Amino acid sequence: MPKLTINGAEVEVDPGLTVIQACDQLGIEVPRFCYHERLSISGNCRMCLVEMERAPRPVAACAMPVADGMVIRTNTEKVQKMRQAVMEFLLINHPLDCPICDQGGECDLQDIAMNYGMDRSRYTEEKRAVKEKAYGPLIKPVMTRCIHCTRCIRFCREVAGVPELGGIGRGAHMEVGTYVEKVLSSELSGNIIDLCPVGALTSKPYAFTARSWELKKTESIDVMDAVGSNIRVDARGQAVMRILPRINEDVNEEWISDKTRFAYDGLKRQRLDTPFVRRGGKLQPASWDEALAAAAAGFKGLKGRQIAAIAGDMADAESMTALKDLMKAAGSPNIDCRQDGAAIGASRRAGYIFNTTIAGIERADVCLLIGVNPRLEAPIINARLRKRSRMGGFQAASVGPEVDLTYQVKYLGNDSDLLEAIASGSHGFAKVLKSAERPMLIVGMGALTRSDGGAVLSLARRIAETSGMVGKDWNGFNVLHTAAARVGGLDVGFVPGAGGLDVSGILDSSEVKAVYLLGADEIEMDGLKDAFVVYQGHHGDAGACAADVIFPGAAYTEKNATYVNAEGRAQQTNLAVFPPGEAREDWKIIRALSDVMGKTLPYGALAELRAAMAMGNSVFSAIGKVKTAGWGAFGAGGKLVPGPFQSPIDNFYMTDPISRASVTMAACTDAMAPANTRKTGTDG
Amino acid sequence: MLKDKDRIFPNIYGFEDVSLAGARKRGVWDGTKELMAKGREWMVNEVKESGLRGRGGAGFSTGMKWSFMPKEVGERPHFLVVNADEGEPGTCKDREILRNEPHMMVEGALLASFAMAANASYIYIRGEFYRETEVLQRAIDEAYEAGLIGKNACGSGWDFDFIIHRGMGAYICGEEGALIQSLEGKKGQPRMKPPFPANVGLYGCPTTVNNVESIAVTPDIMRRGASWFSGLGRPNNTGTKLFAVSGHVNAPCVVEEEMGIPLKELIEKHAGGVRGGWDNLMAVIPGGCSTPNITKPECDTVLMDFDSLKEVKTGLGTAAVIVMDKSTDIVRAIARLSSFYAHESCGQCTPCREGTGWMARMMRRMTKGDAAIEEIDLLEEVTRQVEGHTICALGDAAAWPIQGLIRNFRPEIERRINEYNGA
Repeated sequence: MPKLTINGAEVEVDPGLTVIQACDQLGIEVPRFCYHERLSISGNCRMCLVEMERAPRPVAACAMPVADGMVIRTNTEKVQKMRQAVMEFLLINHPLDCPICDQGGECDLQDIAMNYGMDRSRYTEEKRAVKEKAYGPLIKPVMTRCIHCTRCIRFCREVAGVPELGGIGRGAHMEVGTYVEKVLSSELSGNIIDLCPVGALTSKPYAFTARSWELKKTESIDVMDAVGSNIRVDARGQAVMRILPRINEDVNEEWISDKTRFAYDGLKRQRLDTPFVRRGGKLQPASWDEALAAAAAGFKGLKGRQIAAIAGDMADAESMTALKDLMKAAGSPNIDCRQDGAAIGASRRAGYIFNTTIAGIERADVCLLIGVNPRLEAPIINARLRKRSRMGGFQAASVGPEVDLTYQVKYLGNDSDLLEAIASGSHGFAKVLKSAERPMLIVGMGALTRSDGGAVLSLARRIAETSGMVGKDWNGFNVLHTAAARVGGLDVGFVPGAGGLDVSGILDSSEVKAVYLLGADEIEMDGLKDAFVVYQGHHGDAGACAADVIFPGAAYTEKNATYVNAEGRAQQTNLAVFPPGEAREDWKIIRALSDVMGKTLPYGALAELRAAMAMGNSVFSAIGKVKTAGWGAFGAGGKLVPGPFQSPIDNFYMTDPISRASVTMAACTDAMAPANTRKTGTDG
Repeated sequence: MLKDKDRIFPNIYGFEDVSLAGARKRGVWDGTKELMAKGREWMVNEVKESGLRGRGGAGFSTGMKWSFMPKEVGERPHFLVVNADEGEPGTCKDREILRNEPHMMVEGALLASFAMAANASYIYIRGEFYRETEVLQRAIDEAYEAGLIGKNACGSGWDFDFIIHRGMGAYICGEEGALIQSLEGKKGQPRMKPPFPANVGLYGCPTTVNNVESIAVTPDIMRRGASWFSGLGRPNNTGTKLFAVSGHVNAPCVVEEEMGIPLKELIEKHAGGVRGGWDNLMAVIPGGCSTPNITKPECDTVLMDFDSLKEVKTGLGTAAVIVMDKSTDIVRAIARLSSFYAHESCGQCTPCREGTGWMARMMRRMTKGDAAIEEIDLLEEVTRQVEGHTICALGDAAAWPIQGLIRNFRPEIERRINEYNGA
């Protein structure tokens, strides 16, 4: 461990650190713009210059590796002058339009100028200005404000793997841009807004809507995909103004996908804010009492087998627990949380979670993707795979659609037959898997929702077992879900009971007379036929149209709820704003209904419900943690159906009621539509 | 004055045959195999002993630089990169080597590569040197054909390839980090050090970047011995050097001379003297446009070498002497250099990107006198804020000429300001 002296204090730090990291560890503040711990070092802002003994000139603390006997000074007058000088240089071509800049109040340039800059400007020449640019519907560039730290360039190149930004031109005329104007095509592009230390890249939908100091910040969890990204919901009054990432090294590091970040405007549109009851074929607003009574009447007199419940992709574990208990009380085994009909059972947890964990990807050396496009299904996991790939010594292969995953992937083909060959060891890649130290596979919903999903799942299990993916401290078998509710639903046991019907059974059966849809919008509504339908949810989407009674529920930003992410990590959202109008937290609605139906559920407070959940499954008592799941048999027999796999997502920007209601996501869909991205200007 | 027998570049004026046959007559490619047989250590040591200091401007010991390369080739191959991106205004010495002594370049590249265990060497030639590239390519082709380079170069058992890469006209690509970036096909921007190229250079492999002249003189150093080279010039400033004299002289020229030749002698003897006589001299920029100028009293006595010029607060740089007589608008001349640096700054790091533009704009006003007297101090301070705070030396190069101007010609600037402001 190198021993060095910083500001007179002798310290010992880990080798391989840079001086700025050593200073950070000691709590010595060194101002910086270009340095970011998750990006490569560029050392170009020169803000972190410090004095080093025996060095002829000041050194950039971000780029200088620590060495034994180093003597660093960060608090001398000379260093102070250097910082002032750099700050002055940065500001000479900065427009200083802070009053109309969205970064105002959370701007590194403002803060560092306050702390380290001069109190006046000595620059009287003309300032540089940059022509307006357009990066699509998400990012608002005002490149006149750019200080050329190149964080955005490095993010796109390194983390997102979509090297579309670069520096154009030289000297003071250098501009960060795309050269040929185009929409940034990364699903992670919004992160450059957070990375930008100034107001050059800000959020377009958020532009001029709020000031950072007006916002109430609530820590929460995202439900746009099954990653469970940690987010911060910034709200003013009763409106969500923006969503930002929170750091969680195990899940999303500090990135979130564009859907997570920008779909929030969907929370203000198409909302169900009052109960509805269908009267004379028309849905009409009603009071809670009327709606609850109407629903209870609809279920009244039906036998258990005639009732069914389907939970949607954004249902929280609390409401699913309550609904499951209610259905049990009503004597119905017909419950299912697998809207898409994925062939995953709830009996063996290792068979439906992402066992390796997201952070665990960094320890894997070979990865087989089966019918999955992680770039669309879970961009954050794809970024982690890319990170692993960039570390070197990693091999990825895919049986599935040939898509650009932003890292090197060997496409073995797109036919389920290949799995048989890999499992039996006759395929060349089987050897690669076998010789790997920590191999992993990811099987996606594109594979499991096929008619032969069960067979694919057991083949995937066989591949895992035969290639040594499952060991004492390593489990390389992973299912990648697309629905935030799914693992929670399976953990709760929201699956058909003995003799119960699953989703396709419910939709096909003529026996079912009443269906309770808990935010279920992605099913074939025609299958409900003339059954009595209760829809509980937050958006007027497909489910609400088919309903006889509508209970307005709360979206994920409006409730305290538990979601279990793909890894099996239970995490809780926090209420940032209240549900609109008459809408209520979801589990409370079910609790109220149970009262009206005369089958009162045995919990009256959230804490009691959560205690019951924890009793049912210990997963819910370990919030924020992943419990390793024991291995065992899962999957189903049956014959493979030859044919290609297809990702369940073809439009990343619209996958659920919230994003479908979002204007921003609609604009993205439009901008990214193949017809619009292939225009070159020379094609007529 | 340098004796003819001590001349390294007998054909620098291109009066003789440039081809392989002609070069052989002048002693190039003489006993190259035997030199290689003496081994790497001997070669590096010889160059070190000779006291050769890099001819690209910084003046770092060439032999020392070579010795920083890993002794044995590990997983990564070694590379020698020859810097022929000669773009400093006033400098034109490498051009003459490429034009008239291309075989010295090729032989030097082979020997230097062998000394550093590199099987391949790239030469990054300034794009404007179109004809020079043709000449060098011809020399390379001849050498390949004669078996001097390529597989089993000179019968030594060592494989060596020499590849030309043409630049696209950016001055900054003459900086070694930017040159490597550009060679790799990236935007030419200097790299952070550490890591140094000898550790992580071209394509992440150990690399040494040397100036054309540094490489071209090494075969002769090895052939004639380190003591011969170190016997020329002054201690720590040894050998011969190509000087390029331009500006207000009667006969601008590139000439090989002993290090430490008095500046006056250089100008009077080789460049035909200052236009209008020695007394008409106003200032000299002694080492390419990045070095601060010196005025006549200093020019009377100063010697043309690293240490002597350093004593008068300037530098030898590339030894490109720009002579300015009394008809020169010195403020405008330096302002022109400032706008050159503002134009050529790569834009990567803050002080240079913003500072060069600021300095250039202020200098433009100073030429007219459209400024306040206090702004001279501000200008000086800005140069100090840029100097030493940048990733590469371009910031320093932009700052020094202005510092030299203010040091030597402040009354002239003040006169203009007062005149403009009607005082």
